Order: sequence, then C-alpha cells, then structure tokens
Amino acid sequence: MAKGIWVVIEQNKAEIRKVSLEILSQARTIADKTGDPLVAVILGKGIADLAKTVAAYGADKVVLVEDDKLADYSTGAYTSVLNKLIRKDEPQAVLLGNTAVGKDLAPRLAQRLGVGMASDCTGMEYDEANFLTFKRPIYGGKAFAEVSSNTRPVVATIRPNTFALGQQDAAKQAEVVNETAEIDAADLRAIVKEIIIAASERPELIEANIIISGGRGMKGPENYKVLEECADVIGAAVGASRAAVDAGWIEQKFQVGQTGKTVSPTLYIACGISGAIQHLAGMSSSKVIVAINKDPEAYIFNIADYGIVGDLFDVVPLLTEEFKKLK
Amino acid sequence: MNIVVCLKQTFDTEAKIVLDSTGKIDSAGVNLVINTYDEFAVEEALKLKEKFGGEVTIVSMGGDRVQEAIRTALAMGADQAVLVNDPSIAYADEAAIADILAKAVATIPYDIILTGRMAVDDGSSQVGVRLAEALDIPSVSSILKLDVEDSKATATREIDGGTEIIETTLPAVFTAQKGLNEPRYPSMMGIMKAKKKEIKVLTLADLGTSAADMAAKMNAPKFSLPSARKAGIKIAGEEAADKAKELARLLREEAKVI
Repeated sequence: MAKGIWVVIEQNKAEIRKVSLEILSQARTIADKTGDPLVAVILGKGIADLAKTVAAYGADKVVLVEDDKLADYSTGAYTSVLNKLIRKDEPQAVLLGNTAVGKDLAPRLAQRLGVGMASDCTGMEYDEANFLTFKRPIYGGKAFAEVSSNTRPVVATIRPNTFALGQQDAAKQAEVVNETAEIDAADLRAIVKEIIIAASERPELIEANIIISGGRGMKGPENYKVLEECADVIGAAVGASRAAVDAGWIEQKFQVGQTGKTVSPTLYIACGISGAIQHLAGMSSSKVIVAINKDPEAYIFNIADYGIVGDLFDVVPLLTEEFKKLK
Repeated sequence: MNIVVCLKQTFDTEAKIVLDSTGKIDSAGVNLVINTYDEFAVEEALKLKEKFGGEVTIVSMGGDRVQEAIRTALAMGADQAVLVNDPSIAYADEAAIADILAKAVATIPYDIILTGRMAVDDGSSQVGVRLAEALDIPSVSSILKLDVEDSKATATREIDGGTEIIETTLPAVFTAQKGLNEPRYPSMMGIMKAKKKEIKVLTLADLGTSAADMAAKMNAPKFSLPSARKAGIKIAGEEAADKAKELARLLREEAKVI
C-alpha cells in the first residue's frame, strides 16, 4: 500500500519559502496520526544545506535532486523529475505551496500522474476514507468546497499563511537521499530566458504577515508613499484594490481581490477602500482587519475588526508614528 | 496562425452566492459572463489573428446557456466555436475537463491555445496547464505579454516578486493574467455577424469517448458558506491622533498582531 506524505519544498537561491515550512509543519501533525513517513523533496542547485532545515521542521526523509538544469524553476524539467520520483515511491499525497511555481507545477504533475488535485487549500485534515480532505475557498471566498480525491497520490496546493509554522527541533535527524535528475529534450521545450525580480525590501504580498492596502481613497499614484512609510515601520507589504489599479495608480501585481491576489495575512489594514465584494473576496480570510475610511457608511466597516472613520491622509501618518513608538 | 481559446462561462464576480436545497451552488437568477481571465485570452487571440491571419476557434464545455458566452466571444471577432454539451457528464473535475477539452481541441488545427490563468468561480487554476499536458505540448502560465515569431513564442510570465521571460516551441498553451491586454467590446457589426457563425455542439460520443472514460478523479465537492464576519468596533474619539493611538494600542494589546 502506498505510504508517505511528500512536501515539495520551494526554494529560491537556497532560501526556503515560508509556505513550504508551513505545509511541512501541518503535514507533520497528520503524519504523526497516520504513521506515514513525511518526505521533503528539494530540487535545485546548491541545496544540500537545506536538508537540516526541513528536518528541523519535521521531515523524516529528505530527497535532494541537485542539477544545473534545476537551478531555476521550469515547468518541464521539474515535472519530469518529480513524476519519476513519485512513481517510484508511490506516496499518498504530494503537497505544494499555492505560489506562482506551485500553481504552474502542481496541475502539470497531477495530469502526468493521472490523479486529482485540490488547489489553493485553506484546510487539510486526515480522513479515513480518502486519506486527506481539503477545504478550499471558491467564488473568491464567497463559498467553500470540501474536496477529496479517489486517486493516489492526491496532489494539493496550500495557500500561504494558512498553517502556523511548527516548532523547530534542531536535534531531529532525517534520512537524506540524493537522487539524480534525468531531463530530456522534450522537458526543455519551454525555457526560462530571463528572470526579472522587482527590487523591493517589502515582503511578497501573498506571504506577508501584515498588508496595508489603498483603494479609491488614495486619490493618486503619488500618495502610496503614505502607505509605504507605514509599511516599512511594521514590515508590511503594500496592496491595492481594483479601483486603484484600474485608475492606473499602482501596478496590477499589487491588486488584492477576486481578479488579483488572494491573501490571508495576520493583519490587513484597508485604507480608503469601500469594501466591494470583489475586494473582500481577496482578503476576507485575513485574521484581523482594520478599516480606515472617511465614509462612515462604507461596507468595509461591516467586516472590519477595528475601524476608524477619518481621512486616511490624516490617520495613516499618525498611525505610522504610533507604530514607531511601539518598536 | 490558428488559435484556439478555451473559455468558461462563470458567474459575474459581483454575484451573491447561495446554496440550493440540495446543497449545490444556486445559479438561478445569476448573471453569467465570460470568465474575466478568458476575456484576456480571447482578446490576445484576436490580436494574433489580426497580425498573422488564420482562424480563432472558441472551445467550451457546459450546457445550453454557455452559448451566450460563446456568442459574445464570436461577436468580439472569433470565427467559430465548439461546445461540448453532454448531459451524461454528472460531475467533471479539472482532470476530466482537461481531457475532454483536449479531445475537442484535437479536432481543430492549432498553433496556439489561449485560456485564462484561472476561472473566477472555482479558482482552481488547473485546466489550462492540464490541457497542455494532455496534448503533450508546453505551457506558459499567467502571461503578461506574448510575442510570436515563426514557430516560436516568447512570453512574459508573472512570478512571485517579479516576472520571467520564457521562450517556447509551438504549439503551446498560454494562460492569460490580467495586464496582458484590454479586452475589446463587441461592436454592433460584430454582434450581427456572430449570429451567423457556427457553434458546433458535440457530445462525448462525437469525441469518441464516454462519461465512464472521463470519470472524475476528485470526489464531488460539498459546499458551504462562510460564517459572516462580524463588524467590530469603530474607534471613538475627537481627534485623529487619539484614534490612531487607540488603534495602535488595540492592535498591540488586544489583537496582539503588531
């Protein structure tokens, strides 16, 4: 019988994405229940040292695939390598982060394996009949679907910030297995020519613990610096509503909402955002929501934990000063 | 250059979601539209056709109502359409949909397949990528720019924290991200012309397969609605400074998030 829970660890220049460790932490609690070995698989270049980290987060076994051709993510090569490893080991589940890489890799891998997949999950539990049951937001969070697979392994991507990081145990040992990559020409039909990383000291929107977002009330592109100053004091990412993006005030990649990013930060501060259903769809799973809006009737106050009725251009700079005092 | 656009009809993103008496998502009275991201795919296909010639074929799956969405795409300028409409499909998951679309697409000559990066209803972002795998061709997902030259394409893809430029052989699948283009509105002339364009309706039998062969790998989902978030407190005070101070205190001491 198939055994094992696999977590595909996403790393960039030998730095592990937080979501991978979140998944590992949650998978550890499931593996403790089922007795399945928890396997972390890492593809890349210069990754040998990462084995210690994933072991500390609970991996029983670490599979390392080191190759120049895997240095940067590419759909073809990563799918091919993982497909072969998974077919050899036949695990029960293969889990990835719902990141740009995960969203591209997981469906391709699931299709090649001929199995079902659950996307962008915000819940994962052991279930005797189906091994794992997942909860996932649909219609931009306006409803939930509970899904499970009748094929093995089940593939799933997990939304960043869904599960808490577990305690690290530096003493935990894991078996480390080095595998070689066999990549053929068909795997390299699409190749990465260039990677352009936008210079930013701020955290990535989908993984940020705190997000401060501005909407129509921002009035213009020049005013985002008010939010940026606040963001830099509390280590937040900056986001925006569709209204602000469509007005051309801020790049589309900052859009939070049903046609933008879906985020689940610990704290979401909505400034000058009315609370259109489109926007709520992207941020309503935030743990604590703050609304700052001039209009006391703005819908956003109906879902905010804390609200301030006031002009964001007065309130936000004052709030920035208060946050500085807390440091 | 022959282009296929896979399109899904979805609820309007402003739609309120309710469950019917059997616990399924209730579509009664809901305004149905072309999935937002598929509109970008249609637009990109039309731009490629304008540049290189060829035909744009819309491929979709679903019931009779899907014809409305297809007509809109035809009115935008697509040439023809194929709709897989088979009542014997009880539940199609992403794998089944990709396999069925692959069979439908295989009946059409194509150099490029475009679709949205995700559907705004189930949000699963799987079908486009799975379709490429089912057809054994490369895919580039979440694209912001597409340049085609001879039998090669160069696409800019959105990644976390930036973009990457990918070069691929054709045929290939590209999934559209917001920012790729601005979809056109159908013109009056386009709407008139669309009425005469063919929508070929196919069953699974027409595609040489059956519902049993296309069985879902996922179990049919159970739906629920989220518990409504309750309104919290509006911080009282005369001066903005007092309110800001109180908010910072609450975030630190009560919510413990700062």
